[in-house]
Amino acid sequence: METLFFLIVAAIAVICSLMVVTNKNPINSALSLIMTFFCLATLYVMLEAPFMAAIQVIVYAGAIMVLIVFVIMLLNIKSEAGRRTSHALFMGISVGLLLLVQTWYLLVKSSLSSVRGTVDSAMISKVGHTELIGKSLFTDFLLPFEITSILLLVAIVGAVVLSKKKL
Amino acid sequence: MVSLNFYLVLSAILFAIGTIGVLTRRNAIVIFMCVELMLNAVNLTFIAFSKYLGNLDGQIFVFFVMTVAAAEAAVGLALMIAYFKNRESIDVEDMNLMKW
Amino acid sequence: MLDNVWLIPLFPLIGFLINGLFGKKIKNEAVIGGIGTLMIFLSFLVSCGILMQLVGMPPEQRVFEKVMFPWIHAGSFKADMAFLVDPLSAVMLMVVTGVGSLIHLYSIGYMHGEEGFYRFFAYLNLFCMSMLLLVLGANMLVMFIGWEGVGLCSYLLIGYYFEKKSAGDAAKKAFVMNRVGDFGFLLGLFVLFWWFGSNHNIWTINFVEIKAASHLLPYGGVVTLATLCFFVGATGKSAQIPLFTWLPDAMEGPTPVSALIHAATMVTAGVYMIARMSFVFIKAPETMMVVAVVGALTAIFAATIGTAQNDIKRVLAYSTVSQLGFMFLAMGVGAFGAGIFHLMTHAFFKACLFLGSGSVIHAMHHALHKGHLHDDAQDMRNMGGLRKALPITFITFLVSTIAIAGIPGFSGFFSKDEILWQAFANPYHGSLNILLWGIGCIAACFTAFYMFRLVFMTFFGECRINPKVKEYLHESPLVITIPLMVLGFLAFVGGFIGMPKLLGMLPNYFEHWLDPVFELANEYGKQYAHSGAHHSHALEFGLMAFSVVVALIGISIAYTMYMANKSLPEKFTSAFPGLYKVVYNKWYVDEIYDFLFVNPCKSFGNLLWKGFDVVIVDGVVNGTAKLVMAFSAGLKGLQSGYVHNYAMGMAIGVVTIIAVYVFR
Repeated sequence: METLFFLIVAAIAVICSLMVVTNKNPINSALSLIMTFFCLATLYVMLEAPFMAAIQVIVYAGAIMVLIVFVIMLLNIKSEAGRRTSHALFMGISVGLLLLVQTWYLLVKSSLSSVRGTVDSAMISKVGHTELIGKSLFTDFLLPFEITSILLLVAIVGAVVLSKKKL
Repeated sequence: MVSLNFYLVLSAILFAIGTIGVLTRRNAIVIFMCVELMLNAVNLTFIAFSKYLGNLDGQIFVFFVMTVAAAEAAVGLALMIAYFKNRESIDVEDMNLMKW
Repeated sequence: MLDNVWLIPLFPLIGFLINGLFGKKIKNEAVIGGIGTLMIFLSFLVSCGILMQLVGMPPEQRVFEKVMFPWIHAGSFKADMAFLVDPLSAVMLMVVTGVGSLIHLYSIGYMHGEEGFYRFFAYLNLFCMSMLLLVLGANMLVMFIGWEGVGLCSYLLIGYYFEKKSAGDAAKKAFVMNRVGDFGFLLGLFVLFWWFGSNHNIWTINFVEIKAASHLLPYGGVVTLATLCFFVGATGKSAQIPLFTWLPDAMEGPTPVSALIHAATMVTAGVYMIARMSFVFIKAPETMMVVAVVGALTAIFAATIGTAQNDIKRVLAYSTVSQLGFMFLAMGVGAFGAGIFHLMTHAFFKACLFLGSGSVIHAMHHALHKGHLHDDAQDMRNMGGLRKALPITFITFLVSTIAIAGIPGFSGFFSKDEILWQAFANPYHGSLNILLWGIGCIAACFTAFYMFRLVFMTFFGECRINPKVKEYLHESPLVITIPLMVLGFLAFVGGFIGMPKLLGMLPNYFEHWLDPVFELANEYGKQYAHSGAHHSHALEFGLMAFSVVVALIGISIAYTMYMANKSLPEKFTSAFPGLYKVVYNKWYVDEIYDFLFVNPCKSFGNLLWKGFDVVIVDGVVNGTAKLVMAFSAGLKGLQSGYVHNYAMGMAIGVVTIIAVYVFR
């Protein structure tokens, strides 16, 4: 039952992502990408990571994608005038597929380490996913977390500077 | 329970599709979206491993990836707007200033 | 006082730093010259103190080594920055600092108004420091620093008027020839160091230690090799055959430089070095013979050239070469004390002669300058009758000339006669001794001849200077004449401290003073000396009288030719035109060297330039560049300038790396 549900969601995700790549209109691509993100959020829930699913929807589907759609509409981009040359198309697809084959091969060949952590379903349901993430974030990963804030600040300043009238 | 390999295969497929998109499309914003797709494929791997190894560190990484993606979106889109203002286009084939 | 020996080279160094760094800003000639002179004079005072203290000690304790700091310690090799004070270095200290101070004082007057006044004094002080290091060095490496340092200063000072091409060429010539000698010095050092180390595990270059171990050295063999190398070094520095041609050219430098460096101190470094290592040299009879023969030949050879030169400084230069030959003759026959004695008296009278000639040139130059004439101020044919205009210069000059000619009572007589006597009597070279003595006597005769020729041409007879400027000739200022008077006095009385026992008035202080230094050498010499060579006092008296007669003959020939019968020189030259031409052109030694060494070197250099450098070196460099260009012409297609092409490249790279990882 669970596997079937996974397969359905996965199929939707793959189809939507293919649409992202193939659609001529950027708006359509963007909407397909949002769909893919929703599918991924679903999978996160299945993986017992409800907090990640929540921010996937809020940050990605909500914030970033809205920004992208906004920019597309702002710039009023028409669909692409033409495809890349068949030469480039062929090269791109073959490299992508080669990458897939290699990953697949690695997956088949390798085995998972037996070292296991302490977090299991019982603990998540007892303590709560968000609290666990929060504890980890504010203890072990405090410094990276603070640095992230600086990164965001820099990004804000950068965005403001770049979008000035006279660059 | 769904096997770990299911998630990993899905993630690999999404990543490959994202790569193909980056390499074949001409519209810079679409390329940008394909990069986001690749990032999400990686995020899926992280969370799947996190679950199957019983360790939350992978999810913390996902958190950071999202932050970086957000920053990237802000700066990248600002760049595109600035570029569009100058060139009236965001086609990568028009970006040829480095051509000798 | 002995502990403060390091002050001696330090003072001139300070003077060098002050004048060299700030001289341009100071500008005031009195201050610059004053600092330079004061510094070397302070060294002189310290040297006096050291001498006094040495005199107060018992003779066998008069060796003192002061280690300043460890310098090079590598494995069993050890070289400290250390100074050695013994009777020999004390004598040298007195000569260098004493004559040095006088010449510094003189330079204040002589160099007045010159462009690079501060530069001159800085170099002069640097020279004094190097010379003092050379003299004081307790091991060969410290000595070598001084050895190289004086060579450098000599180069800088010969080329002092560097805007004159001849001065620059002379400086280069001196430097290159000195380098040949330095190479020999280093080789000798290596041979000695290696022999002691590999055979007896005594890895040392310290003079005292070598002396202590010198009984291990064999007679001849490796010692001959080492000493011959050292002797090559000595010939370079002291202008002996075959490396003497640089010294006459060195007269391009200012006259005080000629007096200090190229007469009194630096050129005697070779003599000093042989004396310092007498205990090694004496163990190589062949080398001793070479030294003696080269010395004698140089003495006569340079003396003959000196007879035909017209440039006042050039005559003195050849005279210096000749006198240095006498010193080497003394070294070669084992008369180390006599050699050093002659070194000292020579420093007095030759410095006085050079400074006197400087005073003459100064006066001539001044007069010609006022008359706007461009005659050569150094050519004796333009002089004559100067004794009235320059009385002090004349008297001191005459005293020194008498001293160098070897008239009894003056310093040169005692030292030169001692050398000639020992050349005759010392038991090392068998029948060769007579020959050496004979050559020495002839050279002494020539010396008397050309020196009096110089005096007669310069100070006597009618004045040949352009009559327009005659009235401008006048005596040099006091700052110039005071050193002349002091040196003239020393040239007169300096010999009495080494008066031979034979005359019996005074004990031979000088020889006793140096005895502890050369004791060991004399001991070693006994091994192969011919025994039974006892000469009577009568013979010694006879030879002494003979050398006086020889000198008088030289003087009288000069008098006849240049005073009594002035047409004689011309008759002589027209009678033997070939001989005169050869002598006038210095036996064509320069031309022969050009032919033998300089031109082959030049053509070899040309060959390397046009053959090796242009074709091979440049070919490799240009070929590399062309190769890179060819490659990049192919590779530049990859740099399309399109972003997506770069992205593709990156993706292919990722795939490749994973492939390598997977299929490794």
